[in-house]
Amino acid sequence: MVAGESLIGRTERVEKASGLRLFWYAMWARAYPRIIGATRERSWLFFETLLPVLAVAGYVFIYRAIQAPPEYTGFAVLGGAMTAFWLNILWSMASQLYWDKDAGNLELYVVSPAPMMAILLGMALGGLTMTATRAITILVVCSVLFGVTYQVVSPLLLIAVFVVTMAALYGMGMLFASIFLVAGREAWHLSNLLQEPIYLASGFYFPVKALGFGVATAASIIPLTLGMDAMRQLIFAGGPALGFLSVPLEVGILAALSVIFIGAAGFALARLEVVGRREGRIIERRR
Amino acid sequence: MTAIPAIATHDLGRIYKLRGKKRKDEPKELVALAGVDLTVDSGEMFGLLGPNGAGKTTLIKILTTLLLPSQGSAQVMGLDVLADSQEIRRHISMVSGGETSGYGLLTVEENLWMFARLYGLESKVAKQRIAELMEVVGITDRARTKISDLSTGLRQKMNFIRGFISDPDVVFLDEPTLGLDVGAARQVRSFIKTWMERHPDRTLLLTTHYMAEADELCDRLAIIDKGKLLALDTPEQLKHRLQREAIFRLKVVPLGHRPANSDGLLEAVPGVRQVVATEVEGATDLSLILAGDDALSGVLHHLNQRGSGLISLEKREPTLEDVFVDLVGRSLDVDTSRTGDENGRG
Repeated sequence: MVAGESLIGRTERVEKASGLRLFWYAMWARAYPRIIGATRERSWLFFETLLPVLAVAGYVFIYRAIQAPPEYTGFAVLGGAMTAFWLNILWSMASQLYWDKDAGNLELYVVSPAPMMAILLGMALGGLTMTATRAITILVVCSVLFGVTYQVVSPLLLIAVFVVTMAALYGMGMLFASIFLVAGREAWHLSNLLQEPIYLASGFYFPVKALGFGVATAASIIPLTLGMDAMRQLIFAGGPALGFLSVPLEVGILAALSVIFIGAAGFALARLEVVGRREGRIIERRR
Repeated sequence: MTAIPAIATHDLGRIYKLRGKKRKDEPKELVALAGVDLTVDSGEMFGLLGPNGAGKTTLIKILTTLLLPSQGSAQVMGLDVLADSQEIRRHISMVSGGETSGYGLLTVEENLWMFARLYGLESKVAKQRIAELMEVVGITDRARTKISDLSTGLRQKMNFIRGFISDPDVVFLDEPTLGLDVGAARQVRSFIKTWMERHPDRTLLLTTHYMAEADELCDRLAIIDKGKLLALDTPEQLKHRLQREAIFRLKVVPLGHRPANSDGLLEAVPGVRQVVATEVEGATDLSLILAGDDALSGVLHHLNQRGSGLISLEKREPTLEDVFVDLVGRSLDVDTSRTGDENGRG
C-alpha cells in the first residue's frame, strides 16, 4: 500500500474527454470485450462453424436429390453463413443488457458519463466484428465443400447491401436490447421463439420469394430477409430470377429500417433509463 | 459566498412498489428511505452506518443517479439528481462490495482500461493510472489474470481500483470491505485514508455496517435505520452522547426462556437503558447500557432471581456499537426478524 503513494499523492486533475470523443472512446471500450473474446475462447471455431455447416449440408443434399437449380446450393450456403448474425442478434445483442444488469455492469455503465447509445453501438460493433469472422469461416468452408461458384455483378453494390443490412440488423438488435431489459427473464423465451421461425420466414436456406408475397413482405421487417435476397441477386448468376424485390428497392427499404431501428433504439434507451430509475429496474438483480 | 456542499439532500424519500400478487394483509409498498436531510461538505469522509435494509444503498443509488427519489430532493456537487444526472456522472464513481462486474474473459488491466475509457480517459493515461493503482493495492502480479480466475478478495480490489481511476470528485463506496479478509480490508482502509489526506478537496461517502471501520475512517457519521436518519455527528460526539451512561459487558449462565410477564424482563430493571443478548458457547453475552453504575446491582439481582449467574463482567468506554444500540434498540448483528423472540434476551 505504501509503495504507490506517488499516485495517491497526485493532486493534478486527470483530463477527461467529453462529447463525441467520449462517445468514440466508450463505443470502442464496449466493443473490446467482444472482439478480444473471439480470440480467447476458440471453441467457437468448432461449435459455431461445424453446426451451421451440418445444417447447410442437409439442405444441399436435399436440393441435389431433387435436382434443384445449382443456385439453391449457393443460397443455402449464404443463408448458413448469415445464421451467425441472427444468433448474435438474439443471444449477444438482445439479451446482453439483461445479462449486464445481472452481472452488475449495467449500473456501472449508467453511472459513468458515457452515453448509453455508445455502449449499445459498441456492443453492436464488437458483435459484428466477431460474427463476421464466423460467417466468413462458414462461407469459405461450405463453398469449398459444396463447390459453390459466385458471379459478383457489382462489388460496390454488394458491399453497400451488406453494410446497410448490418446497420438495420444491429439497429434492430439495439432496439431489442432495450426491450428485452424491460421484459426481464421472459426475454429468454422470446429469443428462443425468434430463432427457428425466423430461419423459415426470412428464407435463410431458400429464396424468400417461395413463401409468397404476403409472408415475404411481413418477413421483411427482419433486415436479413431483404439483405440476403439482395446479396443472392448480386452474387449468383440465377439470383435475379429468384429475387423477391429489385435490389435498389431492397437497399432503400433496408436504409429506412436502419434509421427506424437505430432511432427507436435511442428512444427506447432514453425511456428505459427514465422507467428504470423510477421503478428501480436498473439496480434490481432479478425479477 | 457559501461553498456548495458535495452532497445535499432535503426530505429525501424512496418508496418501492412491491411486485407480484399480494394478499390483502401483505404490504404493497416498502418505504426504503423517509425524509432524509443530509449535507456533506467537500473534503469530508462521510459514513452511513446501519444494518442491512436500513436504506444506505438506496440513498447511494439515488445520489449516483441510478434511482429516482419518490419525494424530496438531492444534489451532488450542486447538481440535481433529477435534472442534471448526466453532468453528475462526470464527477462521481461508485464501488459496491461483493460486485461481480466486468467481463470474465478480460484480464484485470483490460477490464480496468475498459471502464477508464467510459470516463473519457486517454488510453495512455488510463494504462498508466491502472499500473500505478494496481501497485498501490498490491495486485500488479495479477494484471494479466482473467478476472474469472480471481478470488473474491482480488476481484474486490480490482473493483476498488476502478472507483479511483477516473479521478472522481465524489466517491461512493457501498460496503467496500465486504467479503475481504482482515489484511485486505486494512489495505483498503489505509488507501482510503491516504487518498483523502492527499486530496482534501474530494469527498467520499462510505456505507458500512462495520462499526470499527466507520469509527476509523469517517469525519462524520449518520446512523440510519428503517430509512430514517437517527443521528448525525462526528464519531467522537456520537460516543460522547453515552458518556453519562455506564456500559457493561456481562457473560452469564444462559438465561433460558424469556419471561411471559414483561415485569420479569431485564429491560424492566430500574436504570437499564438497553440490552442486547447473544448466545455464545453455553453462555449468554449481555451488552448493557445503564443509566449509571448503581443500576448494576439491580441487574445482578435480577439475574440471580432468574437462576442465572455471573461468569465475567467488564466495564467499557462507549463505542459506536453502543451508540447504535442506544438509538436503534438492537445490535447491528441482531436479525430483526427474531427481535422479541425468546432467545436469551432479557
